Amino acid sequence: MMIEPGLYHILFISAALFFIGVFGFFTRRNLVTMLMSVELILNSVNLNFIAFNKYLWADKMDGLFFAIFIIAIAAAEAAVAIAIIINLYRSHQSIDVENAEEMKF
Amino acid sequence: MSGSTIIFYLLATLTLVSGVLAVTTRMIFRAAIYLLFSLIGIAGIYFWLQYEFLAAVQIVVYVGGIVVLIIFSIFLTQQTGELLPKQKLGRQLFSALAAFCGLALVLLQLVQHTFIQTTNTPLAPTVANIGNQMLGIDKNGYALPFELVSILLLAAMIGCIVIALKSKPETT
Repeated sequence: MMIEPGLYHILFISAALFFIGVFGFFTRRNLVTMLMSVELILNSVNLNFIAFNKYLWADKMDGLFFAIFIIAIAAAEAAVAIAIIINLYRSHQSIDVENAEEMKF
Repeated sequence: MSGSTIIFYLLATLTLVSGVLAVTTRMIFRAAIYLLFSLIGIAGIYFWLQYEFLAAVQIVVYVGGIVVLIIFSIFLTQQTGELLPKQKLGRQLFSALAAFCGLALVLLQLVQHTFIQTTNTPLAPTVANIGNQMLGIDKNGYALPFELVSILLLAAMIGCIVIALKSKPETT
């Protein structure tokens, strides 16, 4: 027997997706896959904003605008991150974070 | 149980299962494809919530833009058909533990909290309403953040060009 989905269900999905992204960010050592984990985390935040906007403050659209701006900033962030990754690959022939440690300590 | 409930649970399963596969598979190209399905599942949830504009933006920007960019960068930086190196078991175990503890903490807070809904009349998130408020300059308008984001996108574009520029050898 399934329950009619509501706010708590979407918040559960969002929290689960956030921690899936955190798990990926901890375990992955490749910069492209770490970027993918960050995208998952950003998407879970968007889902949270939309759920609160839909179920708690349906008379306003602020959550929707926050989600739209987060999507725009995530696109810019992904573009800059990929430019950095490609530049790192040119100088190190690898995009593993363990091989890029000149600035460590 | 109605059809809408079944669709919601299907979308949630698609999102979460492909999200888990995207962070655990050792083939990097498959990870990108699983990420694509996870993002499509989230767009489906937006459609289910009747935020059609945001669902369209999600599909255009994420599925059409960011995932394609990630796939291109995989092709440029990775030997195809090569598995990602196996991670240490201890690191995986502790990451899983940390993620699980965080999830448990958040869910504990969630079930203990009661949310209070507004009683005002709802405002439909149609494209006309979104456009009016996004470009409005009154108290609730979002014209200033809109302009700031445009400047940010310009700066990011110039930054990408400068970072990825191949430095020419000095001509004497």
